[in-house]
Amino acid sequence: MTTNALRRNGSKGQVGDKVFSGAALGAGILILVTLLAVAVFLLIQALPIFSADPELVSGGEGFATYIFPIVIGTVIAAAIALVIATPVGIAVALFISHYAPRRLAAGLGYVIDLLAAIPSVIYGAWGYLVLAPALVPIYAWLAENLGFIPIFEGPASQTGKTIFTAGIVLAVMVLPIITSLSREIFLQTPKLHEEAALALGATRWEMIVMSVIPFARPGIISAVMLGLGRALGETMAVALVLSTGALIPSLIKSGNQTIAAEIALNFPEAFGLRLSELIAAGLVLFVITLVVNLIARAIIARHKEFSGAN
Amino acid sequence: MKLHRIGSAAAVLTVAALALTACGSDSPTATAGTDAATSGSAGGAVTGTLTGSGASSQKSAMEAWKAGFEAANAGTMVQYSPDGSGAGRKAFLAGGAQFAGSDAYLKDEEIESSKEVCGPDGAFNVPAYVSPIAVAFNLPGVETLNLDAATIAKIFKLEITKWNDPAIAATNEGVSLPDTAITVVHRNDESGTTENFVEYLAATAKDVWDYEVSGDWPKDLASENAKGTSGVVATTTATEGAITYADFSAVGDLGTVNVKVGDDFTKISADAAAKGVEAATPVKDRGALDMSLDLKRDTTESGSYPIILVSYHVFCSTYKDQATADLVKSFGEYVLSDAGQKEAATSAGNAPLSAKMSAAAIKSVEQITVAK
Repeated sequence: MTTNALRRNGSKGQVGDKVFSGAALGAGILILVTLLAVAVFLLIQALPIFSADPELVSGGEGFATYIFPIVIGTVIAAAIALVIATPVGIAVALFISHYAPRRLAAGLGYVIDLLAAIPSVIYGAWGYLVLAPALVPIYAWLAENLGFIPIFEGPASQTGKTIFTAGIVLAVMVLPIITSLSREIFLQTPKLHEEAALALGATRWEMIVMSVIPFARPGIISAVMLGLGRALGETMAVALVLSTGALIPSLIKSGNQTIAAEIALNFPEAFGLRLSELIAAGLVLFVITLVVNLIARAIIARHKEFSGAN
Repeated sequence: MKLHRIGSAAAVLTVAALALTACGSDSPTATAGTDAATSGSAGGAVTGTLTGSGASSQKSAMEAWKAGFEAANAGTMVQYSPDGSGAGRKAFLAGGAQFAGSDAYLKDEEIESSKEVCGPDGAFNVPAYVSPIAVAFNLPGVETLNLDAATIAKIFKLEITKWNDPAIAATNEGVSLPDTAITVVHRNDESGTTENFVEYLAATAKDVWDYEVSGDWPKDLASENAKGTSGVVATTTATEGAITYADFSAVGDLGTVNVKVGDDFTKISADAAAKGVEAATPVKDRGALDMSLDLKRDTTESGSYPIILVSYHVFCSTYKDQATADLVKSFGEYVLSDAGQKEAATSAGNAPLSAKMSAAAIKSVEQITVAK
């Protein structure tokens, strides 16, 4: 009974504390080491292509000429996906968090999360077997009536396997990411903010615009960026859906290519210089993703002070 | 409370450990078989693990061979990783695989470098897998079309764009050809099917097809495409007026082109493909065992089908120990035997080698020996 009960407790607690902080530190280091290992692997394997004779690179005009069109193609596909998925995803999340009856909301939430569990090869198969043929008449109509706009320039694809179709498939794939993250954020809006808005006479819509959206903005941006990451890196679905080709402005003709699909399609039979070319393409994708994430971080950091969170 | 805290720390550790284990199990299983043929053989029975790597075209045939061979020889195991022809040849030349499957035979310089792992006589190729490539199209009501090489080449070069083009009508009297646009569908992944198809076009219609022969479709030709054999077939099936080239076993209900050979049009079939292989000439200046073939795409022998893919097995002429040599020999003989070829044809839908060809190939494989 002479020892201080508090101190004794503390000293035993310290062991657990040390173990836990050590484990957490280890996990943190592990992820950095993994990332570094991937980066180093990509760099080493890609190195031969940068010093190679430009004529030996696919296309015969050097790596930059080879990679440029597929970088743009990747960006186009991801952009289409986000333009479609962001508003839909946020709307669905708002419906679940603020409009739907509680029971329906839970069910709908499950269904949306289920979308994320479907393997991408299934999305790809659905895209080229069902979606693409269904879009053919729409593309034909677009080419006929809006063909003067470069992105709808005809003649439209006969198979529907275009970058636009790929973008739609990607949109469906990133939708659950954007929806579930936004939903969680919307649900965290301080009740006091919402009630204050309603008490001041705001309609439900005005309340959402005034209190929920500003509070959730950094969260929405994170959600969209996570979705963008998936859209940029998605391989199988694009490889299956897209009828690849040279970079063209028209979204409804066959053509364009994304980095991930280019790697997936050519990797199995590639060796030697072609292999390092593809790995270098992977390196480029790695860098793009990194830059996108850095930009997202910067945006989030800037918006944080204006959100209602603090 | 104490327990709870330690518990959560332990949980974190466990998860970390699990994650690490997951990283560790990533090592490729294909290399595990290099320590082949562990026990000696008695009375001709073979045991051990045989490792191969190479062409993905042989994948389903290889599954049949593996099953058939392992059933007939208890205690054996065959591993084949369909990493692609180039990767397979590389693995074989580096000693990482005991045989390779390849859509192209070893080049002279590869034979030269094979002497490092295979001894002074190097490696040799035997044809093991023959598959006819169909030119398949989707025109409701039309099951076959007669086309000559130049017309096929012009269609795939996008110079003929309508099905009722006079060039197509000329060889198809009595067939009602619609005014539908032709949609060309090609493979967008690098493939032996593409390589063999364009090689045929380049050999038989040089004036029209002036592109480099490779496993990639010419970049200048912007047409529809899809991934893999199943992809091009599905896209063609879904698109009226589409035409593609694909493994004959996979074309399903699509119409097929009868290709002009000599003065006749040959309908695609396993027999016609086997005849097409027989028309090939052996590659010159090769070792005694080597059976590399220069396919005669422009053969005029009626009844033979010239658009074929021949995939090889690459073996060493000598192996380091008796057990490995026996194992390789007995596997090679099984693959080339009547039973092996029929087994593959049932499961992969390809064309069996002709009796003459397989007898010659078996003779080569029989001469595999142990290095002195």
